Parts: sequence; C-alpha cells; structure tokens
Amino acid sequence: MKLTNNSQNNFSSVQIDGLSHWFGNGLTRKQVLYSVSMTINPGEVVLLTGPSGCGKTTLLTLIGALRRVQKGELSVLGLQLNGSRRTARQILRKNIGMIFQGHNLLRCLTAEQNVQMGADLLKGLSYRKRREHSRNWLIEVGLEDQMDKLPHDLSGGQKQRVAIARALSANPKLLLADEPTSALDSVTGREIVSLLKRLATEQNCSVLMVTHDPRILDVADRLLKMEDGRILPIVE
Amino acid sequence: MKFSFLHSRRIPLAWLLLTRQPLRLLVAIAGICFAGILMFMQLGFRDGLFDASVTVHRLFDADLVLVSPRSMSSISMSGFPRRRLVQVMAHKDVIGTTPVNWNFLLWRNPQTLSTRAILALGFEPGSPLLTDPKFSEKAQKLKNSGRVLFDDLSREEFGPVPDWFLEGRTVETEVAGKRVRVAGLVSLGPSFGADGNMITSRETFLRLLPSTPPGSIEIGLIRLNAQADHQKVLRSLSASLPNDVKVLTKEEFIDFEKNYWRTSTSIGFIFTLGAAMGFVVGCVIVYQILYSDVSDHLAEYATLMAMGYRLQTLFGVVAREGIFLAVMGYVPAYLSGQALYALVRSSTKLPVSMDPQRACIVFFLILFMCMASASVAMRRLIDADPADIF
Ligand SMILES: Nc1ncnc2c1ncn2[C@@H]1O[C@H](COP(=O)(O)OP(=O)(O)O)[C@@H](O)[C@H]1O
Ligand SMILES: [Mg+2]
Repeated sequence: MKLTNNSQNNFSSVQIDGLSHWFGNGLTRKQVLYSVSMTINPGEVVLLTGPSGCGKTTLLTLIGALRRVQKGELSVLGLQLNGSRRTARQILRKNIGMIFQGHNLLRCLTAEQNVQMGADLLKGLSYRKRREHSRNWLIEVGLEDQMDKLPHDLSGGQKQRVAIARALSANPKLLLADEPTSALDSVTGREIVSLLKRLATEQNCSVLMVTHDPRILDVADRLLKMEDGRILPIVE
Repeated sequence: MKFSFLHSRRIPLAWLLLTRQPLRLLVAIAGICFAGILMFMQLGFRDGLFDASVTVHRLFDADLVLVSPRSMSSISMSGFPRRRLVQVMAHKDVIGTTPVNWNFLLWRNPQTLSTRAILALGFEPGSPLLTDPKFSEKAQKLKNSGRVLFDDLSREEFGPVPDWFLEGRTVETEVAGKRVRVAGLVSLGPSFGADGNMITSRETFLRLLPSTPPGSIEIGLIRLNAQADHQKVLRSLSASLPNDVKVLTKEEFIDFEKNYWRTSTSIGFIFTLGAAMGFVVGCVIVYQILYSDVSDHLAEYATLMAMGYRLQTLFGVVAREGIFLAVMGYVPAYLSGQALYALVRSSTKLPVSMDPQRACIVFFLILFMCMASASVAMRRLIDADPADIF
C-alpha cells in the first residue's frame, strides 16, 4: 500500500486542515467540530485535553477512520480520508492502534488470544510467529503470568495493559487512546500511561491521547487544548 | 499447502465464542438435535412405510415382471391371460417363468375364529417363486392339495399360527370358507395393503377362489440369463406382446407399488410436513441462539472492526458458528435416530433403518438450517458501528 511508502519519508502521521463535523440532521443538526487544524509528526506523543463534550472523542474517531469525514482535510498516514473508500479506511485501520476508555477486550478470549487478535492482522507471519509475537508483547506489558486468564479474571489495570499489548501487537504507526486511565486509580493510571509512552516511542509510533487527568500531562511532547469544538492556540 | 495454512491460521474465534458459554451451547445443541431427530423420525417413518408396501415385491425371484395394465397396486391386481408367459418363453434370453395368482382371501383365526383378509399367493410348487434358497424345499409340501405356507411375520390378528406350528401341532383353519392345513412357515412381512401373507399352490388357490378364470394370473415372474441386458429384453418383449400386459423390471414393479402409496395417499405429505416442522423449529432455535450471540458480542465485533478486521471476516465468524452448531447438533441426532429406529423396528416390524441417503439429506437440512439462520443473524452485525465504542 501507499501507507508504508509514506511512513518511511517525513510525512506527518496526521495532518488536519479545516476539519468540521456535525451530528444529526435537519433541525437537530449540531456542529461539534469547528474547522480544526493540527499536525502530528511521526514518533510524537500528543495529549489532547478539554472539558467533557467539547468534541475530543469525535475528533479521535475521525482520525481513526471510524467516521466519514464531512468537511475539511484529514490525512492519516498519508491517506486522505475525505472521500476515501470504505475498504481503504478498513486497511488503514490495521495501521492504527486503538485503546479505548473501557478496555474492550473480547470476553471469550484469554489475554494471550486477545493480543493475538491484533497480531493476526500482520501479513506473512506463521501462526507460531504471531503467537510468539503476542507473548512478547504481554511480557513487555508485564503480564507474563496472566497469559491464560480471561478478561473477567484480570484487574482493571491488567486489562488495560492487555489492551495496550493488543494495540501495539499489530505494529501500528499511530496509536489513538481515549481516556485510557479514566477507569483506573491514579497510581495505576500513571503506570499505564508511562508504559504506553515508552513502548510507543520504542516502536517509533506516534500517539494521540485524550485525557482529563492532569497528573499525566508531563508525558507529552506536546499538549493540545480543546474547547467547544475548537483547538485553542498553544500557549507555551 | 501447509505453508499457506500456517499463514492463514487464526484464533478459532467462532469456536471460542460458542464454547465459552456452555449452557447456551447446550441449549443450541439440544434444539438442533431435537429438530434432527424429528426429521429423522418423520422421514424414516415415511420411507419405512413405503418400503413396507413392497416387502413381498422385493422377495420375488424375478428379473422382469408381467402385470396387467389395469392393475393399480397390490390391493387391486387385475388378471391377464397366462398364455402371455408362454409367449415370453420364446425369447432367447428368458430362462424361466412363474405364473402367480395374487388375491385377498378371508383367513379365519384358528383361536378366536374371527376372519381377516390375508394376501394369498398361488403358484406352481415346482417353479421358483422367492429368492430365498430354502423356500423351494418348503414349497414341495404344497404339492398336496389344501396345504398353505403361513407368513410368520403376519400380524397377530391371524392367530398364534407360528407358535402352534412350531410346537408341532397340526394347524388347520378355514380360508375363504374352505379347510386348509398349514404345511410350513415363511417370512415375508406385513405390508401396507396386507396384514399377513400365505402362499399356496395354484391348484389350491383355484379351489379357494373358484371364481378365478382358470387361464388367468395376476403376475408373471420372468427370469433372464445372467448376461442378458434387462432393458433390451424388456423392450423387445413389450414390442412383441399384446397390450393386455405390461412388462416391468423388478425395480419398476417395486416402484410401481411404492408410487401408488406415495401419490394416491396423503402419507407422504403428512410425514414430509412433520419433517418440515422439525426444520422450521430448528431454524427458529438456531436463529435465536446466533442472534443473541451476535447481539451480546456486538461491542466486541465493533472493536474488531475498529482494529481493521473486515466485515466479511466477521460474517465468516458467524457462518462458522453455524457450521459448528450444525455438526455438533447432527452427531447426537444421528445417534438418537439410529437408536429410535431400532426401537421402532422391534416394536412395529416396520422396516425403518438409517439409510445413508437419508442421513445425508438430514445433515444437509441441518446445515442449511444453521447457515440460513446464521445469514439472518449476520445482518445484526451491520449494526455494529466501530465509532460507538469510544
Ligand atoms: N453519535 C452522536 N450523535 C449525536 N451527538 C453526538 C454523538 N456523539 C457525540 N455527540 C455530541 O457531540 C459532542 C461532542 O462529543 P464528544 O466528542 O464525545 O466529546 P468529548 O469526548 O470531548 O467528551 C457532545 O455534545 C455530544 O453530545
Ligand atoms: Mg469522550
């Protein structure tokens, strides 16, 4: 795909220009994003904060190719998403790791199998290789003893670690995380975010993380503030 | 081959989705199994009843059979001139013929003295009638007038004839108001039309039923030499014989009888309807199970789509769940079907057995049932919106 070519050179991971978004239609039509513009460079860790309901999640789902772009320019890993085809977006999603507020693990799979659902997206690796790969990621997130447990038997922090391992096991070039620490206590939250940052940087994977949590702001290379659907000008 | 398998092997998600909820899986299997058993039983009864209509037909030692074109079924056989069999003998491939009289006569139960219609066959004791090699020896006893061979599989209403005979008693009773003596036992089996059977010589037969025109028979058995092409002989005989007889192969003779019961009665319809009910019940159960399975896991399916899995891949997961359910439901249905067939055989004397063709049909019906339900349940997947899970 084009994606791999673009990621080798110095294209930005995410390039947004004048992105607007509306929900609903007719009288209930409501604008949630007002001409948002921003850039994320390869390997950069960007935090996005702002009050609840200001449109952070909406922006994240647009970047994650989960919604159709309505107005504006949005290119992710070199792919222009405005007017893109469904299959192109689906293929792009393989290169984007996503970590959700809830962990969203598959309840019927063990920790290891959950991670392997991510690794299974890798082309050209044998089953054994992918399995090994998943195990390595679980070891990386410190869960070597919990591999055969179902999500049900894991603590919140452990589940979020599995989710991180799953997201990273598909070798993504961009990681999107929406309030990954909101369900965790502050110590665990801090741990998880540091882990996320360390592993992503090792992979040279850019990160865009939405958070409310003021205690983790220091992990960012850059901090973006959002209010009422607009990105506020950066104040250093 | 192995190489590509290793590359395409994935986590068996469909299997895990099913087996991690053992209770629901058990309900699904029980439901499919129930539907399968229902189909096995209904189709088995239907085929068994049709097979039962030709128990005697199958036993005849014949390659071709002559019947009157006016004969509709075993319960309404018409006569034709016996001369036709003599004409048949002229054909070079014909090595033997047996004229057979076929009619229903009233048999008096020697114990209760009540009467009941029995199928009586009359033939020349010297010529072959049944394929059973031990039969010709028994047939010798019919050379004495007034002797009959009684079918020991006949229904009990004809009296305890086999028991008495085996005890060594002389069993005498009346057939069509004339005295006969049981000279031996044969095993033919009751059929739709006939609750019991007896075999006698033509001479005795004509004495029991004097109204039969002496030169008239109901069926003519024709045996051909081993090398003969049955179809070719059949064509040449049909061409040379007048149209007061019809030439059939033995298979056609059997089908002719089955066809009568299939088309002139509603038996086939009733049992096919029963099987269809099983099919519908199964569809509803599998659909319910798969639909609630997809609904319960909708967020997880949406997560997989967000991760970059294709919708088709997820359709495949549901389809595979359908296949697993079909196989897991079929196996116990097959085994129970076999057990129930054995039970039916022993209690009703109906020849039902696990016919491989029926086993296949039921398997494909179950598979179709599961796949149809799965494809409807898949439509729920379209509702899985990966944008909703953030
Ligand atoms: N699917 C939707 N349909 C209609 N309105 C929505 C939908 N999702 C979010 N919104 C609205 O869009 C606004 C922004 O929501 P969101 O992006 O979730 O904010 P945040 O993540 O910053 O809290 C909110 O006012 C919310 O009510
Ligand atoms: Mg949000």
